[in-house]
Amino acid sequence: MKNDITRREALALGASAAALATTGASAQTASAIKAADVPALKLAIEKGASLRMLRPVRFVQADEDVFRANAAKFTKETGVEVKVDFVGWEDINQQTAVTSNSGAGPDIIIGFSDAPHIYIDKLIELTDVADYLGKRYGGWQPLAQKYGKKSKSDAWIGLPFGATAGPLIYRKSVLQSVGFDKVPEDHAGFVDLCRKLQKAGKPAGFALGNARGDGNGFANWALWSHNASLLDEEGNVVINSKETIAALNWVRELYPTFIAGTPSWNDVSNNRAYSSQEISLTANGVSLYFSLKNDPATRAIAEDSEHQLLPKGLAKISPMAGLTLNAMVFKHSQYPNAAKAFLQYMLEKDQYEPWLNANSGYWSQPLAAYADAAVWSSDPKVKIFKNTMNSTYYDGYKGPISTATGAVNADYVLVQMCAAVATGASTPEAAAAEAEQRCKRYFRRQGR
Amino acid sequence: MSVTTLPSRGVALRQPGWVARLFDYKPFLIVMCLTPAIGLLTVFLTYPLGLGVWLAFTDTTIGQRGIFIGLENFQYLWTDPLWWGAVFYSVFYTAIATFGKFALGFWLALLLNNHFPLKSLLRAIVLLPWIVPTVLSALAFWWIYDPQFSIISYLLVDVLHIRTTNIDFLGNPWGARFSLIAANIWRGIPFVAISLLAGLQTISPSLYEAAMLDGASAWQRFRYITFPMMMPILAIVMTFSIIFTFTDFQLVYAITRGGPVNSTHLLATLAFQRGIAGGELGEGAAIAVSMIPFLVFATLFSYFGLARRKWQQGEAND
Repeated sequence: MKNDITRREALALGASAAALATTGASAQTASAIKAADVPALKLAIEKGASLRMLRPVRFVQADEDVFRANAAKFTKETGVEVKVDFVGWEDINQQTAVTSNSGAGPDIIIGFSDAPHIYIDKLIELTDVADYLGKRYGGWQPLAQKYGKKSKSDAWIGLPFGATAGPLIYRKSVLQSVGFDKVPEDHAGFVDLCRKLQKAGKPAGFALGNARGDGNGFANWALWSHNASLLDEEGNVVINSKETIAALNWVRELYPTFIAGTPSWNDVSNNRAYSSQEISLTANGVSLYFSLKNDPATRAIAEDSEHQLLPKGLAKISPMAGLTLNAMVFKHSQYPNAAKAFLQYMLEKDQYEPWLNANSGYWSQPLAAYADAAVWSSDPKVKIFKNTMNSTYYDGYKGPISTATGAVNADYVLVQMCAAVATGASTPEAAAAEAEQRCKRYFRRQGR
Repeated sequence: MSVTTLPSRGVALRQPGWVARLFDYKPFLIVMCLTPAIGLLTVFLTYPLGLGVWLAFTDTTIGQRGIFIGLENFQYLWTDPLWWGAVFYSVFYTAIATFGKFALGFWLALLLNNHFPLKSLLRAIVLLPWIVPTVLSALAFWWIYDPQFSIISYLLVDVLHIRTTNIDFLGNPWGARFSLIAANIWRGIPFVAISLLAGLQTISPSLYEAAMLDGASAWQRFRYITFPMMMPILAIVMTFSIIFTFTDFQLVYAITRGGPVNSTHLLATLAFQRGIAGGELGEGAAIAVSMIPFLVFATLFSYFGLARRKWQQGEAND
């Protein structure tokens, strides 16, 4: 084990240095993060404790390296062995479901966004850890509170580790060539821009296939920017509304300006189309920008690319929900205190700040104080991701988060509603009615 | 001289114990021998199947226990356009793909049954699509059908200049449906070809020699010897092929995930989508159970329809 720690630490140091070099931040830069002088929460770690954890696989290599190094540090300091397994993003839900139903398996799982709300009966409360971290690091950001707390209560059932967003990314030179400096914030202006991009041979493209991240992201944006939503504040399904019909009519107007094939796009399709210069405007996480920037063959595209928050349309702020890493501790764990102590440790400045920096902006912080991390001043094109968790939009907006809000996303109900109208397979009215029928069934069964 | 007498037979051989007598009892022995096999079948086959059927009659969701709700799941599916869409595409997919696989597979088997150089090597190559993991071939087809980077579009647009735009294989419902069927045919041909080749090799060459002496043409030899003799194996292979095709999951899920606009959902992918991704275990199970009548019908039709004796005798009556 000793050798293992040393090897991993060495790897992590290398990875951190590489990540810092990538982001431009000096390894010597003193931390600007302010931690309040709050007495540390002392959890009585169970004797002989060991932990097993599952989390989604890294998108940026340094994410895994630094995460493993931090876990190894925890083992060194507490004697609690931690085995961390990384699993594919598509598999984490199924593995969490099996763990939850069987009452056996990992002590901790980092799932996505609403996962703790789905398995709420099988989880232990994390309020003490969340309260301590909130006081120490400037408070939890709105999206972290939304996904971390049990609906309509102050009880924490998940500890968000960060969120990734999908703002617009566009080719500055192409927009300028058709008379735009940036993407318009209104719907009509956006359609006008996309038409001109199409005429210029460099169209826009947004996923309308069964794409978990990008497809749902586009559908939610289309709806929210028209002030439509899946639920009202009380949790009633209100998807079949005049706002939704307006959003679908807009999608129908917009779709002919897209590059061909978007109804079949999955989550990597827009990355490839943008990288190969087939399209000049799409929505994506920061990973696309970094993959372009780090490859000499595509660096020029990165230099010509800009990010912009999704256009507001009729909404007051940019309607964008971050995909959130959300940690849960299961009741079946024999070592709940060790598990809570581990999560607390990983979110403390000494561990969290290097991890946040190593992610190059892919994950943004759930705790306000980490907004001063070096990563956010390293590259002006990354800064836009800093406030991802300041968003008041979330999956299931505007209602309470439940199992059903996640199910609607997982079943691509809203994406397919948009795709059906875009491709002419359905009228806006019929598509909204069908989505309503499907959503109501989910909420009748799972919205409890 | 002493004389010893042998003990009488009845005294020397003791009566067998009750355990030995029990095991000599034939019905008991049969039960004892069959119990392990029946136990294994019950645990590993009947229980999962029974649980699946039971779930179909409950409102179980992931993370929550369900209660018995009778036919409610099935009643909902009856009103669900997506389920009807999946039924339509499952039947269509199975019919067209099976026809394609049999037409090409039989033709390939007839070719491979001839004598030619490197015969063994070619037979091995034919098996490749069957050997490659389905997900790997699905990924390859996903690339081939990519709206922007398809090799087919590249050839037609950039090399041969036959078209000016890429083919949108998966972006419209019918394009996606036929693209998936083509991928399924490609994958299924080896199974059909090799199975039928095995059947062809069981036909005695003397039948063909006799027919040739009688002046039968190639078509007549196929019509009156090959085809009837192949019917039993055709029936078996077609039955299996229909089952494999109707229950296909990997190709569709890896390439389209049921899109675009839910037009390529098979019942298996819809069951997974609803039951696992959507968390509606009961409804997902009901969709899976709803496949059973189709499978039973298709199996009975292909097996009994094709295995009738009249086919084998080249006559009109059974």
